[in-house]
Amino acid sequence: MLYSEKVMDHFTHPRNVGTIEDADGVGEVGNAKCGDIMKIFLKIKDGIIDDVKFSTFGCGSAIASSSMATEMIKGKPVSEALELTNKAVVEALDGLPAHKIHCSVLAEEAVKAAVKDYYDKNGIAYDPELFKDKHDCEHCGE
Amino acid sequence: MNTIYADNAATTKISKTALAAMLPCFEENYGNPSSLHTVGQNAAEALFNARRTVAECLGCDPKEIIFTGGGSEADNQALLTGAELGARKGKKHIISDAIEHHAVLHSLKRLEKLGYEVTLLPVNGEGFVDPEDVRKAIRPDTALVTIMMANNEIGTIEPIKEIAEICHEKGVLFHTDAVQAVGHIPVNVKEIGCDMLSLAGHKFHGPKGVGALYARKGLLVSTLIEGGAQERGKRAGTENIPGIVGMAAALKEATDNLEANMAKITKLRDRLIEGLSVIPHSILNGPRDKRLPGNVNMCFEGIEGESLLLLLDQKGICASSGSACTSGSLDPSHVLLAIGRIHDVAHGSLRLSLCESNTEEEIETIIKAVPEVVDYLRRISPVWQDLQEGKRTYVIQ
Repeated sequence: MLYSEKVMDHFTHPRNVGTIEDADGVGEVGNAKCGDIMKIFLKIKDGIIDDVKFSTFGCGSAIASSSMATEMIKGKPVSEALELTNKAVVEALDGLPAHKIHCSVLAEEAVKAAVKDYYDKNGIAYDPELFKDKHDCEHCGE
Repeated sequence: MNTIYADNAATTKISKTALAAMLPCFEENYGNPSSLHTVGQNAAEALFNARRTVAECLGCDPKEIIFTGGGSEADNQALLTGAELGARKGKKHIISDAIEHHAVLHSLKRLEKLGYEVTLLPVNGEGFVDPEDVRKAIRPDTALVTIMMANNEIGTIEPIKEIAEICHEKGVLFHTDAVQAVGHIPVNVKEIGCDMLSLAGHKFHGPKGVGALYARKGLLVSTLIEGGAQERGKRAGTENIPGIVGMAAALKEATDNLEANMAKITKLRDRLIEGLSVIPHSILNGPRDKRLPGNVNMCFEGIEGESLLLLLDQKGICASSGSACTSGSLDPSHVLLAIGRIHDVAHGSLRLSLCESNTEEEIETIIKAVPEVVDYLRRISPVWQDLQEGKRTYVIQ
């Protein structure tokens, strides 16, 4: 089997699928040319992620990574969401094949991009180092 | 849940006839054809008969058949042969096309490193090589032209007879990779006029790990595997008797039933194409006619192919895709890119390849399942949302 049971579960029954019309933060990462785009919508209340939704164009592991990442940050303080690493997503999914690790990186970056958007919209100061690009892809770099 | 196997271009289920022919080669007729005793000579006879059967099916002399360890090996050997024969006369230019199988493309890459020059001809939007392009590309130092008979991804049947004629007119060797064609459409090497032709047993309900190279009489074939004198010194190693016997039986069965199978499979294919074409923003890859009877390949805008085929698998439907995620590289299928599909769209491809055991009922099940899965994936796709909201322009109308 290419994917773990956890990956297949999150892929075939993704959690938090959809959009939030009046989102406080929206993050989109990836590129259709590479075959994956992730978009994460955050609803934030008193510094807590009250609701989170995602939409993803991509392979099974991209959809599963988005689903898992949204589940991991839901109900958490924004500061904690920023600490979500792609490694944690991979572990929570009981592993990803080596050539699919970039999907988990995209998930981490989508969360960060959404938080950054929230910070920017609300004039909240932050350390730009937090949002340095980790995703390494020759297409996306274009 | 019943499994619907629609990935016959990847590999096929072995036929009962082929399996029945193989089994005695393991338990009774297990000898080495090189051995002089009775057990060995029985195996030699089985090998002789299998070679004759394959030759009859292809319309050639048994001496013109070299059994190999598969289609890729036959392609490798054919290209090496063309290259080495050319080099003897100082000819180091090879012509091929952009949509060949990697067994050909990667062999060409190796030859390039060895100092050969390769011209890869483009194909048109339906995947056809223009024979006139071949004519124009032939130079005084052209050693070999290699153009596939039928494409494995989009099913395009190339005009290889015309190309072979041009090659002969110009005195250039012509090889065709017929791995997807043999057993599916009529293949007669003399009618085609090719100098070499590759085939693989498992594409027509024979076993895996066995193939053949047809090499016209008088052609000095290069040896890929050195060792004993098997296959008249052209392919060393104790012959895979069960594989060769199984392949010959499968090829005979496919050839005997060719017309009936073609008619049946073509009808299933056309119904499938018709049924899937109603999906909005979808497009058929490859031509409507001059297409392998069992091949259906489509792109669906706004979704990615791997997730599509995994969800179809959940419904018991086995298919394949040309997306980057399934090709194991960053780029989607080189074939889809060569026919002009842009990356974004090529990622959303689906190939369904049928055989004579597929049923009309199965086709209807696929026609019902694919739109459901495409619709589901589009609903969760940000690309599709952008397309619908006009933030992105549809590539497929």
